[in-house]
Amino acid sequence: MTPTGAHTLTAFDEDLRELRELIAEMGERAEAAIHEAMRCLVERDVEAAARLVEADQDIDRLEALAEDRVVLLIALRAPMADDLRDALAALKITGVVERIADYAKNIARRVKRLPKKGSIEPLSLLPQMANMAAAMVHDVLDAFIERDAAKAKKVSESDDALDDFYDGIFRTLLTFMMENPQNIGPSTSLLFVAKNLERIGDHATNIAEMVYFAATGERLPDSAEREVP
Amino acid sequence: MIELMEPKVRPEQQTDAPAKIEVRDLEFFYGKSQALKDVSLDVPAHAVTAIIGPSGCGKSTLLRTLNRIYEIYPDQHAEGEILIDGQDILDRRFPLSELRRRVGMVFQKPTPFATSIRNNVAFALSYYERLSKSEMSDRIEDALRQAALWDEVKDKLGASALSLSGGQQQRLCIARTLAVRPDVILLDEPTSALDPISTARIEELIHELRQRFTIVIVTHNMQQAARVSQRTAFFHLGELIEVGDTAQIFTNPRVQRTQDYITGRYG
Repeated sequence: MTPTGAHTLTAFDEDLRELRELIAEMGERAEAAIHEAMRCLVERDVEAAARLVEADQDIDRLEALAEDRVVLLIALRAPMADDLRDALAALKITGVVERIADYAKNIARRVKRLPKKGSIEPLSLLPQMANMAAAMVHDVLDAFIERDAAKAKKVSESDDALDDFYDGIFRTLLTFMMENPQNIGPSTSLLFVAKNLERIGDHATNIAEMVYFAATGERLPDSAEREVP
Repeated sequence: MIELMEPKVRPEQQTDAPAKIEVRDLEFFYGKSQALKDVSLDVPAHAVTAIIGPSGCGKSTLLRTLNRIYEIYPDQHAEGEILIDGQDILDRRFPLSELRRRVGMVFQKPTPFATSIRNNVAFALSYYERLSKSEMSDRIEDALRQAALWDEVKDKLGASALSLSGGQQQRLCIARTLAVRPDVILLDEPTSALDPISTARIEELIHELRQRFTIVIVTHNMQQAARVSQRTAFFHLGELIEVGDTAQIFTNPRVQRTQDYITGRYG
C-alpha cells in the first residue's frame, strides 16, 4: 500500500523527508567509503586509507543525528501505520549503515598490512566483489527512499551471488596460501577484506528486509528461512 | 534449532470474546439523507471498541442507534438489525426503558443535573428500581467507587454537582450510567472537553470498566482510540471501511482509506 498524498500537516512531511535525506546521505557516504577503501587497497594508498578511517566519525555523527530525528518524530508527530513503520525502519537502518561504514573502515585499516610492492594475484578479484556489495547498499537505500518493496526484495535475492563470490575468493586465497607459505600473511588480510565485503552484503540484506516491512507491513517472504552465516 | 514462539498477547489485548452486539445490514436516515450504509459489525463483550472517522462519517449516528436515542426525532429512522445478546433492539417491541437501562450513554460534554452529587446518581436508580434508603446509599457509593470518584466526593455528597471540575463531572456522569448496572456503555467523545490529566483518569477508568462491561467509544483522538480500545472500526461517509484489532489497524491497516486517515493524509 502506498500513501496517496501528503499529510495535512505539511511539517510532518518535511520531517519525514529530512529523515530520508539524512539516511540517503549516510548511505552515499558508506557506499563511497567502500569504493575508496578498495581503491586504497589496490593502490596501497596508506595515507588516504588513514584519512578514510578518520572520516568514519562523520558517519557516526550522522547516525546520532538520525536517531535524534526519529525520537523527535515519534515524540512530536505520533506517527501511525506506514509512517510508524518508516520511522522505526529509519532508526534501525541508520544503525546498520553505520556498521556497513565500519566494514569499509576495517578494509582501509588492512591497507598498511599489505606489502607495498609486488602483486597479490587474488587482489584483482576483490574490486569486483566490492562493486557488487556497494551496489547492494546503493540499491537498498534507493528502495528505502522510494518505498520500493520490489527493489528491496531484489537486493535481498542478490546476496546469494555475493556469497558465491566470497566462496570463490576464499578457495582462491586458500590455494594461493598453499602454494607458498610466504603468501599466508597478505592472503589472510585479503580474506578478511573479502569477509568484510560479504558481511556488507548481509547487512544490505537486513536493510532490504526492513524496507520491505516498512513499505508493506509484511515480512519479506522466506527471510526467516534464510541461512544464518 | 530454537523453536520460535508466537509473541504473547497480553490478555487485555485479546478480543476473541463472543459478540455482545451484532449490527446487521444497518441503514440510517435523517429524513431522506442516508447517514449509515449497510453497516455490519460485531462488538465483542468485555472489550472496548473504538469508532473512528472524520466528521460526518456516521460514527455518532451509529452510537445513537445502539440505544435508539434517535427515536425522539420523528424524521429519523433505522433499518436492519442490531442484536444485543441475540435480541433485536431495533424491533419496536423491544421496550425502550429496558434498552436504556442495559445500554448507558455518556456524552461529549459532562451533563450533570443541577442538583446534589447524590441526587445525580440516585435519579436514574429511583426511576428503574425501588430501593430502601440504605440500599440506595450503598448503590450510590458503589457507582461512585466504580467511576473512581468516591474518594473525591464522599464528604460532600450533598454539594451541587456543578461545583465539581469538568473531569469530575464527567466521572459523575459515568457513575450515573453505571448505577443502573448496564451491560453496554456508549461513550461519545467523553474526554474532548477535558484536560490531559482528567482525560488520563477517564481512560484508566475505561480500562478498568471493560472487565465488566462492553464499551463502545467514539473518539476523534486517534491516540486515545489506540490507547483504550482492543477493536477499532473506521467509518467514512456512512460506510464501515475497516474493522480489526486495534494493534493491526494502527500498525498495518489493510485499506488505503484507513491508512490515509490514521496517518493524517486524509483529504
